[in-house]
Amino acid sequence: MKWPAVKLSPFWLCAAVIALLGIAVTIFDLFNINTFIFFAGYVVLQYVVLATAWNIMGGYMGYVNFGTAGFFAVGAYASVVLYNLFQAPLALMIPFAGVVCALLGLAMGYLTLRLRGVFFAIATLAMAIVLETLIINWEFVGGATGAYILRSREQAPFGDYIEFLFFVMLLLAIFAVSVARWLELSRTGRGFVAIRDDEIAAECAGVPTLRLKLIATTVSGFLMGVAGAPFALYVSFIEPSSAFNLIYAVNAIAMPMIGGATTWLGPVIGALLLGTVQQVATVTISSELNLLIVGVVLVFFVIVAPEGIVGLLKKWFGGRRDDR
Amino acid sequence: MTADALLDVRAVTKRFGGFTALDQVDMEVKAGERFGLIGPNGSGKTTMINCISGTLANEGGEIVFKGVKLDGKKPHQRTRLGIARSFQIPKPFRSLTVLENLGIALEFATGTGRSEVREQGMAILETIGLAERARANAGSLTQIDMRKLELARAMATQPELLISDEAMAGLSSTEVDDILDILFKLNEGGITIIMIEHIMRAVMRFSTRIVVLDAGRKIAEGNPDEIVNDPEVERAYLGE
Repeated sequence: MKWPAVKLSPFWLCAAVIALLGIAVTIFDLFNINTFIFFAGYVVLQYVVLATAWNIMGGYMGYVNFGTAGFFAVGAYASVVLYNLFQAPLALMIPFAGVVCALLGLAMGYLTLRLRGVFFAIATLAMAIVLETLIINWEFVGGATGAYILRSREQAPFGDYIEFLFFVMLLLAIFAVSVARWLELSRTGRGFVAIRDDEIAAECAGVPTLRLKLIATTVSGFLMGVAGAPFALYVSFIEPSSAFNLIYAVNAIAMPMIGGATTWLGPVIGALLLGTVQQVATVTISSELNLLIVGVVLVFFVIVAPEGIVGLLKKWFGGRRDDR
Repeated sequence: MTADALLDVRAVTKRFGGFTALDQVDMEVKAGERFGLIGPNGSGKTTMINCISGTLANEGGEIVFKGVKLDGKKPHQRTRLGIARSFQIPKPFRSLTVLENLGIALEFATGTGRSEVREQGMAILETIGLAERARANAGSLTQIDMRKLELARAMATQPELLISDEAMAGLSSTEVDDILDILFKLNEGGITIIMIEHIMRAVMRFSTRIVVLDAGRKIAEGNPDEIVNDPEVERAYLGE
């Protein structure tokens, strides 16, 4: 039996789900059921942005970036710099952090994209460590002891400030996914796929591989920076070891792999699932368990569904191309 | 350089560390020609192709295509100038369909609009004889079909010069004829072809002119009859 053709494109379906989530959360809030949901939801949405950003390079183009935590932290610290200079508002921090990390991505691209495969991955990991060392020794942003950022308790019309940050991150997530989807469906995105499959063949087919790779590192860096921008406000205290935490890098890789790395939908599904599980585990069991959960789930998916949930669904609902 | 030379290779030298893969090789390919490049294993044929297509940079000499110096140009820029190549070991874009493989070349090398990709891609696949596999995954093709895809994708860049790097190695004799027919057809369509091949029967039948490389040097040049009777060539292939 054939499944009835669904005319609704996955993108609008996803938009609808996010809108419903927003409504549900608002209702939650109106009845004052629990404000923790904003606190946890923020983290999950932050991972949607990070996983989507990682996927532009890792999923579409096949360049595995282990330095997500570096970009995230630089985004967060860019905000701290602005705050320390003139107590800049969040609306300024976000684009500033994005631009700083876009430039960082561009620089990283120039320096490391001659490297392929595991060597590229190691270089990105090393970059994150170098950045962390720099921040630790930079007194202006608090150095190794960290820095406090004072934020108002409330933000009209959202009530609690965390609630406001949640909606900011929701907008950023929608923005990131839209950018990723737009890239994926564009000529540039098709060039990414060619690079992933065979870089030399792509170059000989007329694909300007270096330019496309720099576009990918820049856009990916921008989105990671944007995800980190509100971090200091969210936790109100920032120090290097939390901002550069390896869990960001690990999650940014694991989530797209679980969801399916070849489409924009994969990292969204992966981040929502794994992010939620981690938040629930943090509250109910222990926050130390998160990395173990990632590891186990990742091993499971690599064995059972190497192309992620999206790949699995495609296989079940007959997306076979090779039937003619 | 004569007026009708499409590709002019002048004293090109390529070294890998202490090993000289190409030593001052001169070679001239005229527009519309069927040009054969042969030589024993390790004689520098593929290195020469890599220098022409830009995946390797030559250290000495220069390569001129249509009057334009290629030195310093990236492979994709050379592709856009009109030089296409197939790969000895097929390099399909495995996660794409056959038609999408051509689409990459059409979109990036020739700037073909998205709406015309399908039509133009199918036209090329018809010529190559791969039309019925258009929607198949490129990774699932048989060896002969992968060779055809290599040629089809090269054709999608709308080249003036097509370099076929051992497109027939490992194929059965009817498959060899199949590929030969395709190359003859493309040449009749006005495309200059450089054929690199170990299968002598194919090279001799196809080429109007042949250059022989041995250990990075050009040892002979001429039409197929001259090459067959050249004592230097015999020595290179069979030893003293």
